[in-house]
Amino acid sequence: MQGLEVRGLSKRFGGLTVSEDIDFDLMPGDRKALIGPNGAGKSTFSNLVTGILTPTSGTIRFDGSDIGRLNEAQRVRLGIAKTFQITTLFRDLTVRENLRLPILERERRGFGFIGRANGHTAIEAEVDDLLGQFALGGLADRKVADLAYGQQRLVELALTLALKPRVLILDEPAAGVPSSETHLIVDAIERLPEDLAVLIIEHDMDLVFRVARQIVVLVQGRILTEGTPEDIAADAQVRELYLGGGHD
Amino acid sequence: MKSWGPPLLLLILAVVLYFALPFNLAFLTRILIMVVLVLSLDLVLGYAGIATLGQAALYGAGAYAAGLFAIHVWADPVAGLFVGAGAGAMLAFVSGLVLMRTQGLTLIMLSIAVASICLEIANKARDVTGGADGLRGIRMEPVLGLFAFDFIGKTGFWYALAVVAVVFVVLALLSRAPLGLSLRGIHESPERMAAIGVSVYWRRITAYTIGGGIAGIAGALSAQITQLVSLESFSFTLSAEALIMLILGGTGRLYGAVLGTLIFMFVHHWAAANDPFNWLFVIGALVLAVVFFLPKGVISAPPAITRLLKGGRHAGS
Amino acid sequence: MTLFLNIAVDGIAYGMILFMISVGLSVTMGLMRVVNLAHGGFALLGGTFAHWFGQELGLPFWPAALLAIVATIAVSLPLERLIYRRIYGFGDLQQVLATIGLTFLMIASVNLWQGSSLLSIPLPDSLKQSVDLGFRTLPVHRLVVIAAGLVSILGLWLLLDRTLFGIRLRAAVDNRGTASALGIDTDWIFMAAFGLGAGLAALGGILGAEILPIDAYYPVRYMVLFLIVVAVGGMGSISGSFVAALGLGTLETATRYLVPDYATIVFFTFVIILLALRPQGLLGKAHA
Repeated sequence: MQGLEVRGLSKRFGGLTVSEDIDFDLMPGDRKALIGPNGAGKSTFSNLVTGILTPTSGTIRFDGSDIGRLNEAQRVRLGIAKTFQITTLFRDLTVRENLRLPILERERRGFGFIGRANGHTAIEAEVDDLLGQFALGGLADRKVADLAYGQQRLVELALTLALKPRVLILDEPAAGVPSSETHLIVDAIERLPEDLAVLIIEHDMDLVFRVARQIVVLVQGRILTEGTPEDIAADAQVRELYLGGGHD
Repeated sequence: MKSWGPPLLLLILAVVLYFALPFNLAFLTRILIMVVLVLSLDLVLGYAGIATLGQAALYGAGAYAAGLFAIHVWADPVAGLFVGAGAGAMLAFVSGLVLMRTQGLTLIMLSIAVASICLEIANKARDVTGGADGLRGIRMEPVLGLFAFDFIGKTGFWYALAVVAVVFVVLALLSRAPLGLSLRGIHESPERMAAIGVSVYWRRITAYTIGGGIAGIAGALSAQITQLVSLESFSFTLSAEALIMLILGGTGRLYGAVLGTLIFMFVHHWAAANDPFNWLFVIGALVLAVVFFLPKGVISAPPAITRLLKGGRHAGS
Repeated sequence: MTLFLNIAVDGIAYGMILFMISVGLSVTMGLMRVVNLAHGGFALLGGTFAHWFGQELGLPFWPAALLAIVATIAVSLPLERLIYRRIYGFGDLQQVLATIGLTFLMIASVNLWQGSSLLSIPLPDSLKQSVDLGFRTLPVHRLVVIAAGLVSILGLWLLLDRTLFGIRLRAAVDNRGTASALGIDTDWIFMAAFGLGAGLAALGGILGAEILPIDAYYPVRYMVLFLIVVAVGGMGSISGSFVAALGLGTLETATRYLVPDYATIVFFTFVIILLALRPQGLLGKAHA
């Protein structure tokens, strides 16, 4: 089976259950959003999928094979990549270098000590493509530390996409981005390759309803409900959850 | 190319100093050897961000290996450099397996501890290393079979300068290569490097091993030119001084390492010559001054001064 | 059995010295997050003042030691105000460098003032006497060292556990931001903790001069030793420092008795393995 297949996933920290019996699928072409109040276990779930945390029980399969025992770096090489909530970009490197780095690693050239890092025509062309796709061309030789926050999020997205992932997890892609710049993020997400499997974890309901085709609602570590944006908007339980003060 | 300008200037400076201070060749050669050591630290610390205070361990390993090789096997200088590089790299790799698992204070401290162990082993293995008397009786053959070492130190100087130039070029190329970029990446954000599928641990060990090889070359140079290896090679003071020189010059730019070494060695020389008992005052004050006023090293001084002047002009207008 | 008891007594005495000197370092590292390589300098200053008060001014041992501790604290407080306060926010490396610079200045100052030779602090006759423990005779000095160590840990425990200062200090160690937000004057706490650590280091330096002799290069010579105690114990953990100091003191003493030629090598190898397995130290909190 293609894509990501999660069955009966649970995670406990001591006596505290933060993920409970989660079944979840993510297929090529999916645009799913994971929403839920603070402390619902959204970040824990994404950390379980990317291998930062190990589950207490349950299975995670990717293209039919069990990846539950692989570490973060191994899962990245299989094609499961994640953006970060708080940017951990290479702040003192230029935008171009930030994008070159993951491509070199993806191509297994990271140990190369002969030749220049910018000496691979194909890699440079790919960097240029990414710069163009995210409208970062004009900022290519600026240091990331000097960019506006919204622009940094774009670099973040471009960098993760440079790994050519097949599953992309966007952890709060618009966090900290001023509302005047969120359209940049929305545009970028809408232009992602069509066959990519995308999971968006987000607080901003506006953004979720604009880009997601399926929404999964997580509450207290469990899946409350799942459906199209229209279903979710009409769901009484969800309305209760968000209007009842759970929203932050 | 613009980036080759500063190192070229330094090369010219070395030649000028050779003719300007013909009676201080031993001192100038000592500077060149320290430049190699500080360059190795710049790779490890400036590029890869591995904060160690035990670079002397790798230097000493190279020095003893090259010295013993010259005495017991073959006194060819260039072969000795390779042996020194191998010893330094080997020690860096083996100790790196443990050291690179840690960071921060623990790493700093363990790296000091590794050097302390080396010092103790060299001290105890008197039959092999000469213990506290040092390893004596190193007699080198001519460099490349052509240039015999003379007692004034001319050959030693040119030989050391050639090694400095080669090491500098190799490091400059390395810093532009993919590995160099990935080391800067690890320095900037190890979490992100892990997230793009890199084993940060092994990448750090690679950097430390290469740095160990270069520090080993510095040690080997010292053994061959001074014909003596003393326990001081493993001393904390040497590690600390190398660190001071690097920070003084500025990290992560290679020629900062060269500049820092030059300044430190001249200040040290001048202070120790004027007042052999109190020169530590000068060094201590110098270190504090750098930390407080030039935290990015002397090579950051021109931009800093420019900014200051510009600021002044703005204020005036 | 006699050997075992010998190792135990000497090791514990040595461990107490290490504890007194290192505990201040552990607190400042845990509290101010300062990698203070110059901490051994306060033990040196204590020893040097004690030498000066005793040998040159002719004061008896105990008043000289007391005045030396006061003098060391008096030096440490302005240092904290003028230098350390500025480096709290620096990175590890800048701190290492700044404190190496301070170490050099301390060495140079003692060198200028008293020269580079050994600075003796003769013990009074009352401490030189021996007591018969049954399996061996032991200088009273060792017993005094052990007692001083016990009093120090007990005093620190009372201070930290039973006083307002202690509660505030622990709050500041746990979370500096929260502590200041709660209205705790962390500046004052830092200075007091720093002075206390320096004073204890001076006490350890004076009492330990028999085992770790005082001369100008003392801070560099024993720097690793003190750092190891802190790293093994876990930064900021006083009980950790105590356990580590006693354990390491006993370990080093044991290796000196059992494998004298390889004592240092065995000691350091053990420490490296231990820290590779537990980088946060025995009682340190894992960094998240």
